[in-house]
Amino acid sequence: MSSLTDLAPRRPVRARLPRRVLPILRGSLSIALTLLGLLALTFFIGRVLPFDPIAAVVGEKADASVYETVRARLGLDQPLYVQFGLFLRDMLSGNFGRAIFTGNAVADDLRHVIPATVELATVAIIIGCGFGIPFGVAAAVYRGRPIDHAVRLLSLVGHSVPIFWLGLMGLIIFYAWLGWVGGSGRVDIFYLDAVPRRTGMLLVDSLLAGDWDVFVSAFRHIILPALLLGYSSMAYISRMTRSFMLDQLGQEYVTTARVKGLSRRRVVWGHAFRNVLVQLATIVAISYGGLLEGAVLTETVFAWPGFGQYLTTALMIGDMNAVLACTLIVGLVFICLNLITDLLYRFLDPRTR
Amino acid sequence: MTVQSFERDATFRSWLLAEAPESGFQAWSQSCYLAWLRLAANPLAVIGLVVLLALGLVALLAPWIATHSPFEQVLAERLQRPSAAHWLGTDELGRDVFSRIVYGARTTLYIVGLVAVIVGPIGLCIGTTAGYLGGWVEALLMRITDIFLSFPSLILALAFVSALGPSLDNAIIAIALSSWPGIARLARAETLTIRSSDYVDAVRVMGASTPRIIFRHVMPMCLPSVVVRVTLSMASVALTAAGLGFLGLGAQPPTPEWGAMLSTARQYLLEHWYLAAMPGLAILIVSLAFNLFGDGLRDMLNPRS
Repeated sequence: MSSLTDLAPRRPVRARLPRRVLPILRGSLSIALTLLGLLALTFFIGRVLPFDPIAAVVGEKADASVYETVRARLGLDQPLYVQFGLFLRDMLSGNFGRAIFTGNAVADDLRHVIPATVELATVAIIIGCGFGIPFGVAAAVYRGRPIDHAVRLLSLVGHSVPIFWLGLMGLIIFYAWLGWVGGSGRVDIFYLDAVPRRTGMLLVDSLLAGDWDVFVSAFRHIILPALLLGYSSMAYISRMTRSFMLDQLGQEYVTTARVKGLSRRRVVWGHAFRNVLVQLATIVAISYGGLLEGAVLTETVFAWPGFGQYLTTALMIGDMNAVLACTLIVGLVFICLNLITDLLYRFLDPRTR
Repeated sequence: MTVQSFERDATFRSWLLAEAPESGFQAWSQSCYLAWLRLAANPLAVIGLVVLLALGLVALLAPWIATHSPFEQVLAERLQRPSAAHWLGTDELGRDVFSRIVYGARTTLYIVGLVAVIVGPIGLCIGTTAGYLGGWVEALLMRITDIFLSFPSLILALAFVSALGPSLDNAIIAIALSSWPGIARLARAETLTIRSSDYVDAVRVMGASTPRIIFRHVMPMCLPSVVVRVTLSMASVALTAAGLGFLGLGAQPPTPEWGAMLSTARQYLLEHWYLAAMPGLAILIVSLAFNLFGDGLRDMLNPRS
């Protein structure tokens, strides 16, 4: 009997795997490859591209013994592939080295600055969605009317304006002239360290501590940079919302719904808008990543002690350890956001199942 | 005389609009004329084009337009308000701001032009090669492209500049390195549709070599959309260049550059806000013009959307 079953044609192994596992496997392989590429690129930038990576660490006036020690510690006397191996080991274990300008381990510094940026970016994306989505929908519904042109103009200017300039102008008008908002930094100086640090996000921390004054001060400081960052993502979100909605509003089911006698509001928000939600989710994720880019310049203008300012300070003095870690983190965030949007698509859109 | 010139105009126009062109040159002129008509129907695109031409003119004629030397320091006249002598005031070293903005047009155009010249051909070559050859070449090239795309372009440019050292030329290299992937992607997508078309099959059957097919028959077809994409990305290149300058990683002093001017103006923001207002406005106008013109070009080449 057993010989009979052996003779029976075996189903290929691949087919025996559940149908859902294979795409996941393929997906993780692709992510792993991208991650490896990311590391290779940062390795190339940090260790191959600089004319003298050791001088970048020790400075140009270091004596020969220091130079040699650092050279050995960085593994620069080894062949390139060994160096890359060492680099991989360090990066994957979260050992980014020491930042020269703070004297701390880069990983600790990052843990300190990232919440500030996340806070800024989150408020900004709320503003960006809160204005961008309704604007985009209105522009699509009233296509060709003044409101459409106004939204398009607003979005076009948002694409073209240098955000650091907008920040400077905002500071002059709303801080220096009108006094409506707090100036640079996250909070008024006498409230510094007034509330215990739990999440690292001041708005949340002050609420948790029940300290209303700190919350108001933090809000007055975050509102201008967040509005400006939010404007740049609003430009993108409203533009995409408009084109998605135009696609949907041209479909036959919309006409059917109108003919059936549904109110315009039901048709727009209940039918057409629900169908663009999935696409919108990806756009929002992408612009959240884009905020990181805007944050670098905005934080510099507003002296916001976040990721962007950390990166620019490191750049100024050529602190490659910190620069590489920051670059890597941004790349990681982007990969994660892409992954999340992929999963969202699969989860929310029944057609992709 | 007016009648005569009118007639000459009319014949020239009818030559341009003739049903059956008699020569290759006439056919070429005709397609140019039709493209121009389509572009002219979009006033915003024309505005963009005019602004860009004006920028070119200002850069070209900078020595005659500028009222002062952009480098000459008159410390006795530092931080002056706008006046008849100094239309936009003077900066912290007594240099004329208007003249520096005029010369800054040269710097901007230099960066944008060089990046376009580097990025266009690289993106086109990589994209068409990947798209036409397919297989592992495509997988490899597109994987590399994706890795570059997984950084925001400013962050990648920052990393490259910090490794290469801050200077104008390194900024250009960094911006170019971080902006070719988008163009490569586009060129590949275009190539994928062209690859399976009949005329490529015909050329292949006639025995054309692969490089010949790619260079002579695939690339020219990708060119229009690549040109549109390059024009549109010039808007963000101008912004990135200004951002690098603002962070002190782009053009180095005393080169007049709008982003760098903004970063020095920042120290005198409260008393001398106009120092910061004007260079930023210049950046905004140039970037807006590239966006408007690029949008117009896209509509022109792709009337469907």
